[in-house]
Amino acid sequence: MKTINASGIYYRDLNEIIKELVRSGEDIINLKNVNGQRYIGDNLSGTTKINIEGTPGNDMAAFMDGLTIEVFGNGQDAIGNTMNDGNIIIHGHAGDTVGYGMRGGSIYIKDSVGYRVGIHMKEYKDKVPVIVIGGSAGDFFGEYMAGGCMIVLNLKNDENIVGEYCGTGMHGGVIYLRGDVEDYKLGKEVIKEKIDDKDYAFIQKYVENFCQFFDYDFQKIMNHSFVKLHPIGKRPYGNMYA
Amino acid sequence: MSLSYLTPEFKVLRDYDKCINCKVCMRQCSFEVHSYDEHLDKMISNDMNCVNCQRCVVLCPTQALTIIKHPQTFKEHANWTYDAIRDIYRQAETGGVLLSSMGNDRPYPIYWDKMVINASQVTNPSIDPLREPMELRVYIGRKLDKIEVDENLNVKTKMPPQLKLETPIMFSAMSYGSISYNAHAALARAAEELGILYNTGEGGLHEDFRKYGKNTIVQVASGRFGVDREYLNTAAAIEIKIGQGAKPGIGGHLPGEKVSEDISATRMIPPGSDAISPAPHHDIYSIEDLAQLIYSLKEATDYQKPVGVKIAAVNNVAAIASGIARAGADYIAIDGFRGGTGAAPKRIRDNVGIPIEFAIAAVDARLRSEGIRHTVSLVAAGSIRNSADIVKAIALGADAVYIATAALIALGCHMCQKCHTGKCNWGIATQDPNLVKRLNPEIGYKRLVNLVQAWSHEIKEMLGGMGINDIESLKGNRLMLRGIGMTQKELDILGILAAGE
Repeated sequence: MKTINASGIYYRDLNEIIKELVRSGEDIINLKNVNGQRYIGDNLSGTTKINIEGTPGNDMAAFMDGLTIEVFGNGQDAIGNTMNDGNIIIHGHAGDTVGYGMRGGSIYIKDSVGYRVGIHMKEYKDKVPVIVIGGSAGDFFGEYMAGGCMIVLNLKNDENIVGEYCGTGMHGGVIYLRGDVEDYKLGKEVIKEKIDDKDYAFIQKYVENFCQFFDYDFQKIMNHSFVKLHPIGKRPYGNMYA
Repeated sequence: MSLSYLTPEFKVLRDYDKCINCKVCMRQCSFEVHSYDEHLDKMISNDMNCVNCQRCVVLCPTQALTIIKHPQTFKEHANWTYDAIRDIYRQAETGGVLLSSMGNDRPYPIYWDKMVINASQVTNPSIDPLREPMELRVYIGRKLDKIEVDENLNVKTKMPPQLKLETPIMFSAMSYGSISYNAHAALARAAEELGILYNTGEGGLHEDFRKYGKNTIVQVASGRFGVDREYLNTAAAIEIKIGQGAKPGIGGHLPGEKVSEDISATRMIPPGSDAISPAPHHDIYSIEDLAQLIYSLKEATDYQKPVGVKIAAVNNVAAIASGIARAGADYIAIDGFRGGTGAAPKRIRDNVGIPIEFAIAAVDARLRSEGIRHTVSLVAAGSIRNSADIVKAIALGADAVYIATAALIALGCHMCQKCHTGKCNWGIATQDPNLVKRLNPEIGYKRLVNLVQAWSHEIKEMLGGMGINDIESLKGNRLMLRGIGMTQKELDILGILAAGE
């Protein structure tokens, strides 16, 4: 275990230290006083756990392939950009474009997220990325979504569980919303359905993880209606061309 | 189903004195033009399906076949042309967006052909490249404001990462998916042999081609297909694709039927699902956001690899390029409106964007006026047809050029512009295994090597003629060009004088 006081360290220097430690197989890295340093965990692989106190900057865990990053604070934009594997736990809210093009691993966010979250998430073989959000999400949630699973729990009962243009261009994957969403907010490529026992079983382990990370009561969360959004087909624009 | 008003575009002429009913044409044509009529005991053709790819013409052992433009015409009309009328028929039948392939085929002026190159006479004697050293090597990447040397004149300053090219030519981005495995194999191997680079496009990197890593540029585009640790770590450079000359402002779309098992593995998406690249990167809405992705990729590769940005040539290209340079890109690839594509909406291909000649001149002038030209390399793309186009592009300010259409023609493309059908009879723009095997990468790579070597030699001849022995001395050297038949405004934008001035 290594502890680093990140206060006042330039992001490039901080990342160099982190990379060195991860590559040498350090099991736990504690980062204190992180204040906006970008690209933490970028393109790293391994089994290291990074604990972050403070607010990490944009593109945290971009291209990451393994590792667990737990943030005791809020996250900024583009967390898990094109991430391939690993786990991220945010004890707060996160900004825009979380999980852009994400292919694997999981991201758990205690509170809400910004715009354009989960755009072009995809899945491949055993890789099925998951994002679980305790609060609500902004516009363009799951746009172009091609695979994976996103769950929005709306535990603070925001008026808008998701923003507008939800699932526009969606052609794979599935979104679960605890509560309901107005049809006008949904992309025309999306079907909304009530969830069945199979869906409950599917989301159970993710919600259990969420409850364990953030100390919520599982039964209380699940004792609520959910809807599921999934795409009409894998080929939304199949008949557009002459 | 209503009656189709479309008539054949081409006509197959078969010389029955020569035809021996061998059926080669029938077996070769993926568009099913040719068939054998048992009753008549002769080969017949369905002109309606012919795209004039000339596979049958070339393969016919007795040269019995000729394809001609179908003589059927409409009443002559300068405004309602053949294409204008037929496009309406097609759209009225299908309700679809017209798809097309390869580059803009409309008769816009070709400014390369309005520029001529200088040569030395009497003073500053010309140089014979056969007998004197001639340097075509270029380095793509950010150059520093200054370098420091120690007392032994060894360079102390650490240079930013550079790509070394033995000749100022690279193979432009074409994805595995848009072109075949064998086409990629030929490009990768030729790049290695030539000491240049090829570009994967946004289709991932097939595991068989990882061995060519030091000659590979990988693309990170809006769909992020195939982008993972190994992809980034294997490449010599990373290119963020913002736009493409054939379709500025719109994304890409590989239809599900082309996403085979192999393509699926390379792109890392399930087989049969559409591979949709959104029009913008949804994490890039500003120059600052672009800088974030550039540095994310630099951070991901420990600042060891150049990170470039590819854009389409559009109205404000000079200002955009300035922003990209300031965002930290190591090179900017600019793709003119005649650049090729495996599929683009026809109206966009034919109407959006500006010629590369103007774009490269405008960008070079802008970056020089801002004093930042050295901080970024410029790669010109979008229909480089021969070595003279390259000399002109470099004299207008490019560091190197990208070629793609020319490379495909070297591999056998006959410019039928039907890549989007996936039925390429030449084995290039197809994933049909029976068609792909027609392109022999062993022969293909040699043809590419031949082409680039021949062009390189011609560039040396032209340089020598100008009395220049290093391609770097041609860069932005607009005094080596003169314009013919252009307006003063056009000459001003290109930054060149008229012939005779």
